[in-house]
Amino acid sequence: MPKVTYIEYNGTEHPVEVPVGLSVMRGAVNNNVPGIDADCGGECACATCHVYVDPAWLDKTGTPVPGSQEASMLGFAAEAEPNSRLSCQIAMREGLDGLIVRMPQGQH
Amino acid sequence: MATQLQDAYSIPLEAIDVSDPQLYQDDTWYPYFERLRREAPVHWCRESRYGPYWSLSKYKDIMQVEVNHQTYSSEVGGIAVEDQPKGLERESFIRMDPPKHDEQRKVVGPIVAPANLAEMEATIRERTIRVLEGLPRNETFDWVERVSIELTTMMLATLFDFPWEERRKLTYWSDVAICNVHAPESPVHSEQEKFDEIKKMAERMAELYNERAKQPPKFDLLSMLAHGRATQDMPLREFMGNLTLLIVGGNDTTRNSMTGGLHALSQHPREYQKLRDDPALVASLVPEIIRYVTPVIHMRRTATQEAELGGRHIRVGDKVVMWYVSGNRDPDAIDDPDNFIIDRPRPRQHLSFGFGIHRCVGNRLAELQLRILWEELLPRHPVIEVLAPPRRTYSNFIHGMRSMPVRIPMH
Repeated sequence: MPKVTYIEYNGTEHPVEVPVGLSVMRGAVNNNVPGIDADCGGECACATCHVYVDPAWLDKTGTPVPGSQEASMLGFAAEAEPNSRLSCQIAMREGLDGLIVRMPQGQH
Repeated sequence: MATQLQDAYSIPLEAIDVSDPQLYQDDTWYPYFERLRREAPVHWCRESRYGPYWSLSKYKDIMQVEVNHQTYSSEVGGIAVEDQPKGLERESFIRMDPPKHDEQRKVVGPIVAPANLAEMEATIRERTIRVLEGLPRNETFDWVERVSIELTTMMLATLFDFPWEERRKLTYWSDVAICNVHAPESPVHSEQEKFDEIKKMAERMAELYNERAKQPPKFDLLSMLAHGRATQDMPLREFMGNLTLLIVGGNDTTRNSMTGGLHALSQHPREYQKLRDDPALVASLVPEIIRYVTPVIHMRRTATQEAELGGRHIRVGDKVVMWYVSGNRDPDAIDDPDNFIIDRPRPRQHLSFGFGIHRCVGNRLAELQLRILWEELLPRHPVIEVLAPPRRTYSNFIHGMRSMPVRIPMH
């Protein structure tokens, strides 16, 4: 099963196996990884599953399409960066095995 | 309550009109929405004092409209079932669609960024402690006046960097802005009078705004508006509208959650005891209070394209009302929703802050204030007796509580 490493704002690492097809957000929530709130439950409607994708992985995860709902929501998130994604919008697949994502200071 | 229940189920479905503000002042809205959720989740009310409108009562239908601002506009008809009075409209970014909405919202958003909240925490805690230690014992007092208004007014004064000694004006303006002018207890009694008071507020704020425009940018809302490119040159009405939005959003909803939370705990003594036994539950108590109280009763959109919703056909120009009070009580989305349960597994999944691009800007600040209130209350005043239910506001929009008598017994 592909693995994702979630790194909390304080540096704590959580390596977790996430089944193909599940979102990176769901992988965190199902394994009680702190730092991802996912208030809307994966509807791309709240920006509380915000992560920074490790730059080495950005080609594979891609970035949000300008004008998309994800881009709009990230536009309001605190401290969004060019490598920001909403983790509910990244579906796990074999090619993402080893993915590294970092959490922001808070989910706003 | 018994007669209400009978009415809700005996009147014809199409005659149900949940826009009547009396339902919320009397707290008798529950059975109407229970019926709508079961029998007509997307319900057309043909006649009301606000004209015809659709009611959405289920969580998932509300979510569908929340995330589709391309079809369901906030700008075309505003955000309340009642239109703003003709000729007296006041624009604000909550009543705008992209791109202007996005540009203005981004100007004020940083006030509640994580780093800034972390900085505010110590100030909020110190003030909260001072207010709580000043409460009388063995004496009846009004919780709304002494705690909810007091704390949220101080917060507003800080957010605007408003003169401290004048701060109660902020509360007054907030009450003016949200009041229904037809209610006898309202501070103003006509739309013109309301407009004139809000204009006075804008004039006082403009003095401060002009000073801040000349100074280097700092972290208060007036300075941010004065230096933000998208908010620098607002016409008077837009200035009035945006200030109203920030004042109401910045205090009223938190005020009512401070009152409603204590009321809910007093009605659920086992939950209250659970909290005293394990104060760590404050973390899940806070979102549960916000769900249970649902400080904003509804938000409205206007369809700009034909659409299908829950099997019904929505036409261009139709008013679509998302009843958050009902979606937050939808058993298909939330287990045992009519119960107040302070240790729910997913307490943050509620509609009270809205979703999509208009989601509440200040939600984390609201939660922070409530968390601190309960963290500091429990060790000081573990028992607070609520002596009567709160007196509520005559409004179908803001779930207000005007007063609630309480007593803190002697140790």
